[in-house]
Amino acid sequence: MQAERATARATPQLVTTVDWLTGTKIPVGATASRIFDWLQVNGAWVFDAISDAMDALIGWLLWAFQTPHPLIVVVVFAALTWLLQRRLSTCILVAAAFLFVLNQGYWEETTESLTLVLASCLVCMAVGVPIGIAAAHRPTLYAWMRPVLDLMQTLPTFVYLIPAIVFFGIGMVPGLLATVIFVLPAPIRLTHLGISSTPAALMEAAEAFGATDRQRLWKVELPYAFPQIMAGLNQTIMLSLSMVVIAALVGADGLGVPVVRALNQVNTALGFEAGLVIVVVAVALDRMLRVEQR
Amino acid sequence: MSDVVTFDRVSIVFGDRPTDALPLMDAGANRAEVAEATGQILGVHDCSLTVHEGEMVVLMGLSGSGKSTLLRAVNGLAHPVRGEVRVHDGDEAISVTHADARTLRRLRRNRIAMVFQQFGLLPWRSVAENVGLGLEFEGIQWRERDERVRHQLEIVGLADRADARVAELSGGMQQRVGLARAFATEAPILLMDEPFSALDPLIRTRLQDELCVLQRQLRRTVIFVSHDLDEAFKLGDRIAIMDGGRIVQQGTPRDIFTRPASDYVADFVAQMNPLGVLCARDVMTPPDGPADGAVPPDLPLAEVMNRLRGRPLAVAEDGRVLGHVTERAVLARLAAPRG
Repeated sequence: MQAERATARATPQLVTTVDWLTGTKIPVGATASRIFDWLQVNGAWVFDAISDAMDALIGWLLWAFQTPHPLIVVVVFAALTWLLQRRLSTCILVAAAFLFVLNQGYWEETTESLTLVLASCLVCMAVGVPIGIAAAHRPTLYAWMRPVLDLMQTLPTFVYLIPAIVFFGIGMVPGLLATVIFVLPAPIRLTHLGISSTPAALMEAAEAFGATDRQRLWKVELPYAFPQIMAGLNQTIMLSLSMVVIAALVGADGLGVPVVRALNQVNTALGFEAGLVIVVVAVALDRMLRVEQR
Repeated sequence: MSDVVTFDRVSIVFGDRPTDALPLMDAGANRAEVAEATGQILGVHDCSLTVHEGEMVVLMGLSGSGKSTLLRAVNGLAHPVRGEVRVHDGDEAISVTHADARTLRRLRRNRIAMVFQQFGLLPWRSVAENVGLGLEFEGIQWRERDERVRHQLEIVGLADRADARVAELSGGMQQRVGLARAFATEAPILLMDEPFSALDPLIRTRLQDELCVLQRQLRRTVIFVSHDLDEAFKLGDRIAIMDGGRIVQQGTPRDIFTRPASDYVADFVAQMNPLGVLCARDVMTPPDGPADGAVPPDLPLAEVMNRLRGRPLAVAEDGRVLGHVTERAVLARLAAPRG
């Protein structure tokens, strides 16, 4: 009896509360849209500059991959593997992987995807390593950065394809940008981890022998963090490769294009071919750049 | 003998409001009381000590007595909240505590070298590259660096391991690398923070002996931190005994052994082997009757006992007989080593 009466009294209040909640919607979408509109008007020159720089980088890399005969590129990759890993079996695996790509007829798409991966890798390492170092030296900065990094990695990647199109149109550049946003937290986090885990005893020894801050960074912190930074590079490459299909949605060339086409046409054969080629390229790159733990 | 390092009423406190703790510390509060009242950690309180040129002074105490903290104030790794540490560079006395970054770096590169308990070697570098670290920071060219590094490696007996990775070496060898690194900068002041504590006893004794030999040749000014009284007595020209962040007694090993200033020091000293500390002077009695050949007054007791052949032994200095040593007197002294 008493409970019923209480519910009867509470219900109108609940209804008004819910009404108020739905009635006063926090303008998340509208705000984001307004921010992007403002950026588009006022930051055009910045985005044009970024766009031009990325375009140039992509053009140059594409030229480097596509000008020589495919077999020469395969040999170069195998030689690079030898330099990095010093193991014949790994060299053979890498060469076989790229020959398989040639065999399947996806060489051009593969070079385009490699361009995207390499470009994203260059941008992410050039930006991520310095940021990771700065974050390791300033704990408060890292505390501020962490939610942003989490957001960059958890926000569904499709969502930031939209502003990428708004600012950079269709093509390789928005694909690269979306890739960079998704991948950048990896090298930042791993660099931060490596640098900030440098043992205090080593830092102190350097200090006791009169190292400047820069000497400490170059002669103690960076060599100590090197395996972690290399792990960051490996992650950067793998994550970039995982973005090639999504990049294809905004018109980036590469192995994602046949995958998207196969999905649209429900073409099992094409889908599996292109998918397997992506896997094979991923395995080859991973074996090429794997860092053995000391 | 000129002064090289002066600790001038140094107080070090860890925490965010170190000055809050000073009044309590001056009133004689111990670490727990200071922490309770102010939340600050007493590191070192009001320590004054002067180290002379070419002397080896041992800071000695249990863990937590503040000895490492006091040592680290010498090269600015610890920062006194009151008082200062001065290092003498020629005729000039430089305050480490108030030095600017550039001066501090110059002192660390050329005047003060350090050896660490956990070695502090860079594991990705070769032995030679580790030894050359200080020279590298100083900006010395590769050719000269290499020469000086080889020379140091010969001194510590590691010339054939120059290109080995540090991780391939045993603990004792690693600390030799640490010693070579400290010697390589040719800094006249050497700080040693329990350098041999992490080593097993046999290696420790051997390195102590080697350090004694090296010190006789090089005559560096050494401040040595130890929690091992035998080590302190073996190496130290003088010893400062610390307890709870304060220096409770300083003096020569003999002073401390024969006249401990407090129960704390007496407890420490009680565990000592008197044979290593006492000398002929401590066991002699007034001359009485005939005696065998003369021994100097600072001859260690162990050696004196070796030479005793049933008859009294004369103790003489500059041809003057100071006293006699008899077996009975030695036994009496050993039964009550601190008189």
